[in-house]
Amino acid sequence: MAKELYEMTVVEAVNHNKDEKNVNELLSSLSKRAEKVNPKVKAYLNWKTEASEFDGKTSKDGKSLWGVPISIKDNICTHGWETSCSSKILKGYIPPYDATVVNKLKNEGAFIFAKCNMDEFAFGSSCESSADFPTLNPWDLERVPGGSSGGSASSVASDEAIVALGSDTGGSIRQPASFCGVVGLKPTYGRVSRYGLIAFGSSLDQIGPLTKNVEDNARIMNVIAGYDPKDSTSANVEVPDYTQTLTKNVEGLRIGIPKEYFIDGLDPEVEAAVREATAMYEKLGAKVKEISLPHTKYAVSVYYIVATAEASSNLARFDGVQYGYRHPSKDLVEMYMNTRSQGFGEEVKRRVLLGTFVLSAGYYDAYYLKAQKVRTLIKKDFDEAFKEVDVIISPTAPTTAFKLNEKKEDPLSMYLSDIYTIPSNLAGVPSISIPCGYDSKGLPIGLQLIGNYFDEATLFRAGYNYEQTMHWNDKKPSI
Amino acid sequence: MEMDINKVALLSRIKLDEEEKVKLQNDLNQILSYVEQLNELDIADVEPTSHVLNLENVYREDKVIQSEAYKEVLKHAPDIHGSYFKVPKVIEGS
Repeated sequence: MAKELYEMTVVEAVNHNKDEKNVNELLSSLSKRAEKVNPKVKAYLNWKTEASEFDGKTSKDGKSLWGVPISIKDNICTHGWETSCSSKILKGYIPPYDATVVNKLKNEGAFIFAKCNMDEFAFGSSCESSADFPTLNPWDLERVPGGSSGGSASSVASDEAIVALGSDTGGSIRQPASFCGVVGLKPTYGRVSRYGLIAFGSSLDQIGPLTKNVEDNARIMNVIAGYDPKDSTSANVEVPDYTQTLTKNVEGLRIGIPKEYFIDGLDPEVEAAVREATAMYEKLGAKVKEISLPHTKYAVSVYYIVATAEASSNLARFDGVQYGYRHPSKDLVEMYMNTRSQGFGEEVKRRVLLGTFVLSAGYYDAYYLKAQKVRTLIKKDFDEAFKEVDVIISPTAPTTAFKLNEKKEDPLSMYLSDIYTIPSNLAGVPSISIPCGYDSKGLPIGLQLIGNYFDEATLFRAGYNYEQTMHWNDKKPSI
Repeated sequence: MEMDINKVALLSRIKLDEEEKVKLQNDLNQILSYVEQLNELDIADVEPTSHVLNLENVYREDKVIQSEAYKEVLKHAPDIHGSYFKVPKVIEGS
């Protein structure tokens, strides 16, 4: 059966668009696909309809993504297109500017196709805390797609997106990529500009691509990575051409497998798949050894202090004064209190309250400062490990996709589902999730590769070699 | 360590109803008792990490640039007066 246009990868779409007339054909195919599958998976808040036309006025010469439709998580600002963080408090907010990543993609000839659903303000691991509706997993519509970039992952997996952008503060790109069977990268802290990303945890947040394969991911990173004068936390470090080193083999690559990651709560089927992938790397010539990241068990505690503290500060700006929802009141403080009470959902309230508490007078040293110190120990674990190895291998998540409502009423168990992804954000190192098989229910399993600072190239090379050997991503969900 | 939900709600500028108070206090105490595990570690001599990159402050020239952005920005305001955001009265009296 011939491939439908909507099934294309980024690389295929760029080739397809070499004849400029083909762009609208691709857009129309993708719109029709979204019309068919989005009512089932609910990955999008909205998308470009079939009647709309590609509005690229620029010539395609020299543009690496000309006519490629991109789906964008709803916490990334898109000029003229509602950006609400899937929250009631930002409904109707239409940014007067594009985020730097959006700007860079447009400059390479890409266009924005859709805005993706997410956990409200990216607080969640299941996409159930969206104020709009929960997104569903295309592999099993009774299960969550993961979160918080659940809409981005689900849209790519169900072929209603060619590629999507997400954001990752504690696993929000990688865990949904794992649950939906796609490739998701959290770049090194500072690698990609966050200008126009609505902030959650400013010392942790990164924007990254969710794609159908590793090569597409490298192509998108080629465009969005790099220093941005508008983001003073972006790093002025040279960006290599990530596609150049992809195909180099992994012979002699030093891979570490952290003993602290194979613990109670890890699904035996997930563990088996990760161990098989590790064995495959050995077959491909990599050198695998056991390593130790001794402070792993403290990562979730540190994260839920640091991330909520930063979130409580960042979300102080949603007060009903300048934009978004306002609850009418005669008194200013009452206006703040009512606006935030009505505008925020339960998980947002929980995290803002927790973050405010750990920063408050009398508790700062006992919680926030202590967490920052343990963060130093977690970072040192990685510094030590990368003296011995080039890549660390682990599961992305302890289980495959869980059922809707399974963890919703138990915040702590939801938080613990991010145990393998959180340490990378605390240390700032890059990590990628790639498909590494399916469990007995047919649900995708994700393999996480963690790299050294600014060494995304090695992650892409390791990921590509494995992907091209196993071809797990040939399988598609039937929806 | 127990938290005073009323005080934290006021600091957070979030109004909670009674039912929410009970539930959130319970959730937060559970999370706080989980993070007690950090007390196992001896961290007296460890420096805190607030940021993983060694960044320095970035300065730029103080230049006047014409911008019409405020017009678009004001379009989203819940209430305006000319080119100002309008809010309920802050100062008592007068």
